[in-house]
Amino acid sequence: MNRFSYARPDDLAEAVQASAAQAGNRVIAGGTNLIDLMKYNVERPAHLIDITRLPGLDRIEPTPNGGLRIGALVTNSTVAYDDRIAARYKLLASAILAGASPQLRNAATTGGNLLQRTRCYYFYDSATACNKREPGSGCPAIGGLNRIHAILGTSEHCIATHPSDMCVALAALAATVHVTGPTGDRAIPFADFHRLPGDRPDRDTTLEHGEIVTAVELPPESFTTHHTYLKLRDRLSYAFALVSVAAALDLDGDTVRTARIALGGVAHKPWRIPAAEDALSGQPATAESFARAAETLLSGAQGRGHNDFKIGLARQAILRALQQAAAGTPQSQTDKRIR
Amino acid sequence: MPDHALPEARSEILPIDLTINGKQTRLNVAPWTTLLDLLRLDLGLTGTKKGCDHGQCGACTVLIDGVRVNSCLVLAVMKDGASVTTVEGLAKPDGTLHPLQDAFIEHDALQCGYCTPGQLCSAVGLMREGHAYTAPEIREHMSGNICRCGAYPNIVAAIEQVLAR
Repeated sequence: MNRFSYARPDDLAEAVQASAAQAGNRVIAGGTNLIDLMKYNVERPAHLIDITRLPGLDRIEPTPNGGLRIGALVTNSTVAYDDRIAARYKLLASAILAGASPQLRNAATTGGNLLQRTRCYYFYDSATACNKREPGSGCPAIGGLNRIHAILGTSEHCIATHPSDMCVALAALAATVHVTGPTGDRAIPFADFHRLPGDRPDRDTTLEHGEIVTAVELPPESFTTHHTYLKLRDRLSYAFALVSVAAALDLDGDTVRTARIALGGVAHKPWRIPAAEDALSGQPATAESFARAAETLLSGAQGRGHNDFKIGLARQAILRALQQAAAGTPQSQTDKRIR
Repeated sequence: MPDHALPEARSEILPIDLTINGKQTRLNVAPWTTLLDLLRLDLGLTGTKKGCDHGQCGACTVLIDGVRVNSCLVLAVMKDGASVTTVEGLAKPDGTLHPLQDAFIEHDALQCGYCTPGQLCSAVGLMREGHAYTAPEIREHMSGNICRCGAYPNIVAAIEQVLAR
């Protein structure tokens, strides 16, 4: 780990000022990803800004319209086991509990989960080229070992995936990310927070220089009855998704009123195609309807060799997740058998 | 020389207060010192193990204010004022072992023992959290602790026995 200076600002304004002061400054909270990246010399901050003691960011509060606002410093464990979230936003709780380990979830924060970096092997290995770590150096994953890599929304510069489970549920729930920065506060729709690699794979999100995530807001619509988070991976626990699906349905009898589907492990951001969801509205909740949604979601999917299997796996996972959601039988994150 | 003690870093040393296994301690730390390195190298508390040093194995699990975390991914300076419990602090001062320690011995829940301090601290955290009771739940909630000897069945049995009391 490189040498750096350390500060613990007293308020958010001071933290934003420090965050914007120079490019090498990094905000730290749970640290579970940043400290790891520092040990690999992928991150070499000049100055760390510890925001863990800033007031007001560690609470989950109801919003006037019937949603919930989760402060950026609330840990993943606290979110998953919060009574209101466990009762209403079960999809979110389930996705969080599908990820990492209890120790990591106890330390990792809501804001940090959004900002975690890809687990692409080449990004982590500073002896290799990587356009995300070192723009312009190349992407060895294309034509290299790419079993865990993206099949959708890739570019010639980067085929990395976003590793979060929580974010896949937040995409399906159409959350809003609240940020504050040198030019003031912004509210960013979840779909616009993470970005595709394009020719700037070094940028994971649409955050501007110096901006800090302050909260994630859940809208009132919680899909409490018909939802599932289905995660497929190489180990039953404590492994990143090869493919995951967050599915949420609002049903009128056997007819779909509203559908939400987000995919993890397949793209540089949680993958959501509103056209696939809209096409399900008014359709019967059947395997045929769900298969059509899967085709739309996976339209343009491209394997790179080792990850070709993800296309078929994702198709089946989408179908099964929508069936689980329709039946009101969400995937258990303890009993990993898929029914 | 441990990398957190390089001489050019002296100007960055910061004072922190930690309560470690019940004992209040004033420490001077460089900001890049992990809690794991502080415990092992500065304080000689080598019960906590460094396995992967990347949050992937759980051997370094300790309790901070009663909550289990990977100490390799914690900067000590950020925990100023916190209370830390390591495997050395699980037994009572008179030497009476923690019920989980007794159960690990009774069930032969280890082979080489390297992961055991982390397994024990993690199990203490699991019991305090109160989300796991059945064997499948214990397995899932202990999934952050890897055992390369494969003592998992006996680890689960030991925790199950203590939880059932």
